[in-house]
Amino acid sequence: MADKALEKGVKLAAARPRTLRINLNWLGVVPFFLFSLLFLILPSLFLLVGSFQNEAGDFTLANIGDLFQPFILNSYWLSIQVSAVTALAGVIFGFGLAYASIRGGLPRWIRGGLMTFSGVASNFAGIPLAFAFIATLGRTGFITMIFKNVLGLNLYDTGFSLYTFLGLSLTYMYFQFPLMVLIIAPAIDGLKQQWREASENLGATNFQFWRYVALPILTPALLGTGVLLFGNAFGAYATAFALTGGSLNLVPIQIGAQIRGDVLHNPNLGYALAFGMVVIMAISIGISLLLQRRTSRWIQ
Amino acid sequence: MKKQRFWPILMIVLGAIYFLLPLYATFEFSLRERRGEYSFDSYANVLADSQFRDSFIYSVVLALATIVVSLLLIVPTAFWVHLKLPQLRPVMEFITLLPFVIPPIVLVFGLIRIYSRPPFVLVSSPALLVAGYVVLSFPYMYRSVDTGLRAIDVRSLTEAGQSLGAGWLTILFRVIFPNLRISLLNGAFLTFAIVLGEFTLATMLNWPAFGPYLALIGQNRAYEPAALAILSFGLTWICIGLIQLFSRGSREQTQLAGTR
Amino acid sequence: MSFLELENIRKSFGTSIAVELFNLQAEQGEFVSFLGSSGCGKTTTLRMIAGFEQPTAGEIKVGGQNITHQPPNKRQIGMVFQSYALFPNMTVGDNIGFGLKVAGKKAVEIKGRVDEMLRLVDLPAMGKRYPHQLSGGQQQRVALARAIAIEPRLLLLDEPLSALDAKIRVSLRNELRAIQRRLGITTIYVTHDQEEAMSLSDRIVVMSKGRIEQIGTPFEIYNYPATEFVASFVGTLNMLSAQVVNAAKGELILAGKTIFVPAPLNQPDGAKVTVALRPENLELGQGPEATHNTLSAKIVDVSFLGAVVRARLKLLDKTFAMDIFNSRNLALPEVGAETLVSFPKESALILAGTDA
Repeated sequence: MADKALEKGVKLAAARPRTLRINLNWLGVVPFFLFSLLFLILPSLFLLVGSFQNEAGDFTLANIGDLFQPFILNSYWLSIQVSAVTALAGVIFGFGLAYASIRGGLPRWIRGGLMTFSGVASNFAGIPLAFAFIATLGRTGFITMIFKNVLGLNLYDTGFSLYTFLGLSLTYMYFQFPLMVLIIAPAIDGLKQQWREASENLGATNFQFWRYVALPILTPALLGTGVLLFGNAFGAYATAFALTGGSLNLVPIQIGAQIRGDVLHNPNLGYALAFGMVVIMAISIGISLLLQRRTSRWIQ
Repeated sequence: MKKQRFWPILMIVLGAIYFLLPLYATFEFSLRERRGEYSFDSYANVLADSQFRDSFIYSVVLALATIVVSLLLIVPTAFWVHLKLPQLRPVMEFITLLPFVIPPIVLVFGLIRIYSRPPFVLVSSPALLVAGYVVLSFPYMYRSVDTGLRAIDVRSLTEAGQSLGAGWLTILFRVIFPNLRISLLNGAFLTFAIVLGEFTLATMLNWPAFGPYLALIGQNRAYEPAALAILSFGLTWICIGLIQLFSRGSREQTQLAGTR
Repeated sequence: MSFLELENIRKSFGTSIAVELFNLQAEQGEFVSFLGSSGCGKTTTLRMIAGFEQPTAGEIKVGGQNITHQPPNKRQIGMVFQSYALFPNMTVGDNIGFGLKVAGKKAVEIKGRVDEMLRLVDLPAMGKRYPHQLSGGQQQRVALARAIAIEPRLLLLDEPLSALDAKIRVSLRNELRAIQRRLGITTIYVTHDQEEAMSLSDRIVVMSKGRIEQIGTPFEIYNYPATEFVASFVGTLNMLSAQVVNAAKGELILAGKTIFVPAPLNQPDGAKVTVALRPENLELGQGPEATHNTLSAKIVDVSFLGAVVRARLKLLDKTFAMDIFNSRNLALPEVGAETLVSFPKESALILAGTDA
């Protein structure tokens, strides 16, 4: 009897200091969470809430509805196109590059060089990248001049322009390829050499190995990174702005114009525009994470 | 055997052409300032431009401020979560992943929305820009620090420190920070490269940083932009190169992209 | 003509020689182990048989056919890898059936064979599971089933048990041997574990630094080691320094005592040699003068290992081990006591040089 009472007393006594200690623990992470709240979460929430409000502050779905006007739909569509094209190109060519440098039987320094260069190139985006491509494919750019002087062909007469969908896509690929290379390299490393050997040993040809073993194993990683690349291109602003000066109707450009001045004649529509973009980004990052997790189950 | 090497070599050659051609073209373009001959005039013009120096220094200062604030926020928090609150790790990962989901153009929209009205009129202070940059640095800083913490046995080190009589601050600054040097440098250099090249936040919040300066030059001049592009590339190369140099020996190498 | 022939196989990587002067003839149905420590060339040789490495010189023949330059996917040789190498994206059943699928066999045939294999390795209900859901031992059995499913002429195993727990290792290796015997497949087994090699093999190839030290049955390797390396690698071996007094008579002086070993010795008089003795050849007490040598030593440690009692004795400054079979009436030797130990004269191996 006395023991039970003692036990209870000890438990009570222990409980109180424990609550205090837990509070202290949480104190340690307060600065970070406060900062995130103030400068990341609240701004996003305000946009979210603003998309569902009208100028008077009442709840409305009108803004979401307005997103479907042709002008805005076009900007989403164009952004999706650019992102999809550069993502697909990034997946194919980026994977090809990475695989060639890792498993292509080439000298070791090629892999190291490619990885380092990719690290740099994926950070080279934005205005300098736009400048570089203007110098390459602009009206007086290097390639344009070569075509004119050597081949007698005026590139811009054929309808090509750097400041269009095609030109922008070409430019975007400069950071899409390296990003793909960097992210897919560990997955390629994880493709055990022994699987290839086992497959050969069991009589499979190269093609059969890829079809039944390698591609199935790599597909989640490829898809996951592809979706990441999609999101990456979708959210890009600086490069697009520097290249086209705002003339290309992309979603980030629209948002930028809206920030500078109320070009949509409805600030809440602007918020909805941004919200739509975040939804697309969230979906793509979410899918990407899910697929990446599937990969790590198999590889390693 | 040799035939197997054909496709890899082709791949690498194509890749090299795609990546190196624009660099060469830009460099060649940057030399065309003086009519009829190649010269480094455009580079001279750039380096002599007081606006170049001012905006560059401005961005460097912003970058340093960002790095300090980011480190002070992330390292203790990551350390604490690692040690005491592992259930918060998914939350941390989520928050530090948000800057990918909420690209700078959207983030700045929200920041302006909140902080341009009373009572928190922060738009008139560059502190808001730094705050924005700190948020942008979260994914890289946290990833670096987290990787570093996993590599060192944080729990044992902390307990060893405690058994020898050290308090939390001492442990953090005398034990944890020094052992995380490489991760911290990694994160710092990456943040530096990002802030230097950042355009969206700086231009929308209207501060004379390097990014807006680049855009201005792009609108007004012909050959200087190319020179700046080369200089910028060189600077990025140095940053990444230093990261590689310092992390020789550690395996995690995924440095993801910065501004777009 | 033997079933598997390796003639003068040599493999060099640049300037370093991995395998040299490798000659082996294995009969149909034989279980041969390659035994040696890391880097001795055993895995390299195995991979050459599989076709993943090309010999720099020499020929490999299977069933009379020269396969030296045949690509690995045409050789009809099954291989079990150390890390199992099961395809993670396929079920156990699909893994086992993979070789048949790429050969274009019909689905019905494949299913039948897969079920047969699953029964063979005692995993009848696991067909629909994925590799990561299986334990290490189970995965290895699937790997074995996968290799056998294609009805290979030759089975190669590259340290298949080294990633498993000790207990599973012993039971699995016995299963392996039973399956191999039942199917009669010629098998090459690479291992660094000499107990494994000895318990499984018909013959063992002991390798060191890229060369064959000895080929023989486990009995031969253990009791009649051809070289110093083989003697010390396989089983425990006591090494005691001695000096030759009279090579013709087989007379040596060891720790001040005269001993006799089978004559003639091929070491000159006066040479310093090592007398190598197996622990089980030593006995307590004075042995008969005619057949045994007797020494006096001090017992420094006694370990009861179950079936065997191992005593460690000290002679001058050298320690050596003696194994005594357990018996319920055994009087355990006392630690610290001086005692006589003897060994049969012909059980001593004379090795060159001293082991200082």
